Amino acid sequence: MAQVTLRKVVKMYDEVQAVRGIDLDITDKEFIVLVGPSGCGKSTTLRMIAGLEEISGGDIAIGGDVVNDVPPKDRDIAMVFQNYALYPHMNVYENMSFGLKLKRTPKDEIDRRVKQAAQILDITELLDRKPKQLSGGQRQRVAMGRAIVRDPKVFLFDEPLSNLDAKLRVQMRTEIKKVHQKVRTTTVYVTHDQVEAMTLADRVVVMNAGLIEQVGSPNDLYHSPTTKFVAGFIGSPAMNFMPCHLEQAAGALRVRLSDTLSFPVPADRTVRYAPQVGKANLILGLRPEHITETRPHVEPNQHDFQNPIDVVEPMGMETLVYFTVAGSEMCGRVNPNAGATAEKPMKLRADLSNMHLIDDGTGKVL
Amino acid sequence: MADIAARGSVAATGDSRSSLHKLMQRKSTIAFLMTLPLIVLILVLVAYPAGYAVYLAMLNKGMTRFVGFGNFDFLFGRETFWMVVYQSCLFAITAVIFKAIIGFVVAHFVHNIPSKGQRKWRGMLLVPWVIPPAMSTLAWLWLFDPSYSALNWILAGFDIERIPWTGETGWARFSVILVNVWIGAPFFMIMYLAALKSVPEQLYEAASIDGAAWWQRIWYVTLPMMRNIIAITALFSLIVTFANFDIVRILTRGDPLNSTQIFGTWAFRVGIESGDIPLGSAVSLFMVPILAVAATFILRDITKRGSEV
Repeated sequence: MAQVTLRKVVKMYDEVQAVRGIDLDITDKEFIVLVGPSGCGKSTTLRMIAGLEEISGGDIAIGGDVVNDVPPKDRDIAMVFQNYALYPHMNVYENMSFGLKLKRTPKDEIDRRVKQAAQILDITELLDRKPKQLSGGQRQRVAMGRAIVRDPKVFLFDEPLSNLDAKLRVQMRTEIKKVHQKVRTTTVYVTHDQVEAMTLADRVVVMNAGLIEQVGSPNDLYHSPTTKFVAGFIGSPAMNFMPCHLEQAAGALRVRLSDTLSFPVPADRTVRYAPQVGKANLILGLRPEHITETRPHVEPNQHDFQNPIDVVEPMGMETLVYFTVAGSEMCGRVNPNAGATAEKPMKLRADLSNMHLIDDGTGKVL
Repeated sequence: MADIAARGSVAATGDSRSSLHKLMQRKSTIAFLMTLPLIVLILVLVAYPAGYAVYLAMLNKGMTRFVGFGNFDFLFGRETFWMVVYQSCLFAITAVIFKAIIGFVVAHFVHNIPSKGQRKWRGMLLVPWVIPPAMSTLAWLWLFDPSYSALNWILAGFDIERIPWTGETGWARFSVILVNVWIGAPFFMIMYLAALKSVPEQLYEAASIDGAAWWQRIWYVTLPMMRNIIAITALFSLIVTFANFDIVRILTRGDPLNSTQIFGTWAFRVGIESGDIPLGSAVSLFMVPILAVAATFILRDITKRGSEV
């Protein structure tokens, strides 16, 4: 049993607050990903859980025990670093067994655990090699192996894939997920890559400027962001944001983007959005996949409009089109065969059933 | 530059002038010419004196007759010679060990000082190494002076008896080594400090998460990561310490009763002061095989490990 609990955790560097009081409950066996732009405090949070950074305020508990003043070596955690941090003078076997050796584990037990971990990670034939003789992906496996053999309460990953090339990164991502499914150890994983966060996590913690913006399952974050930051950070290409205002017309609400372009608000949202009528500082958020080419069959809340296309980016399975509405650039995902051409007008369809209305003043999704 | 000149070699024509021209433009020729000043310097200042010393060592006292290995034979039979061998090794090995240990400890302290104050400390700690040894040894000589010793004056304050710093075999050897360590430790400190800075911080973090206490981090991470620097520094210092002259000469002149005499000072005593230059040369030549053995061992260890890290 190893749940990790953070209570009002604060980290100060001189006068600067890197982490500004965060609360987080991580349940046993859960895979949690901390994600956010650089400087948001995610690595600092991880390092505080590891004990590599002192806590300026609040409490951190691992398995129910507050560990604020417990040194890293006594926290029973294992960490995988961005640049692997393998001991260059030890071979793979020694690297993996080092922690057990320090704990005075019997030799045959060490041998059994190292070989078992090596088997899980498929590095059995590398055990005699020095880190220098390994490729980036292999080093990454060894670093994970070093963590696994310890059988710790918590795994901590600090941007473990960012030193790998794109292809290997995807491969190792799957690998990490597989390993977690096998060993089921509570895991805290830090990354700035939202795709990694979405694919790996049971729950994603989005951080910004030292605070937690939102915690939720990948789908929750994607479909129901609570703040503009989360809405913009999760998803690639990012969500379109367009300044708008709401107007009441003939008993229904309309969201107006420009003098010529407005869409009716879905009926199930009219009550929720009614208080916003006439307010300034509103933003319409719409993901690129909800702006498509026109199709014969029209679902409810889908509305066609025409706009000149600025740039066309064919991706193979889809084509991204960029266009401008009332000064803000927007992106849509259209069928490659829809005949999108740059600098020509195109008929597009917006699906308002997935719209978000954001108060730009507070940054909250309404 | 050399590369460009070499590549620019013009197409061959028949006559000898152009083949000389071609020779001058070859990369190896240019490289040789560029290193020539250093080669000449080494020949004049190292190779020639070394060869001349070998020649001198094979002459009789009056330098009139060739005696072959006679001088060496004579030395092997003298008790003082074996004393000097023992004292040189004792002096060099003890001093290097203490310099290494003190340098390592101090380097750790300095490494952990926040970078703002670190420069100041680094500068101050380097002072003993920067002052010309002859001058600082003079200062030590006064500290050790039999009548006016400042050290004894301090000890007297604690009711401790006067210590004959340079007057008694044990203390004289201790004093000579102490001064050598005082002068040489900062060199180790600065070398180790540079090595410490090159050990990635994350290795220590990984080790502390793996459960290593501070001394285990030093034993399992710092020392293995610094092995090559430690070996090179020790070798370098061993050579310099073994061949030391100034400290012993100024502090004790090899006395009492030759008990602090080392190769350098004894060669001077025999060759210059006693006027037997061939015998002095023979004494100084004995440093070569001893140092060669040490160097071979240390360097072999380094090349063996060089490929690992």
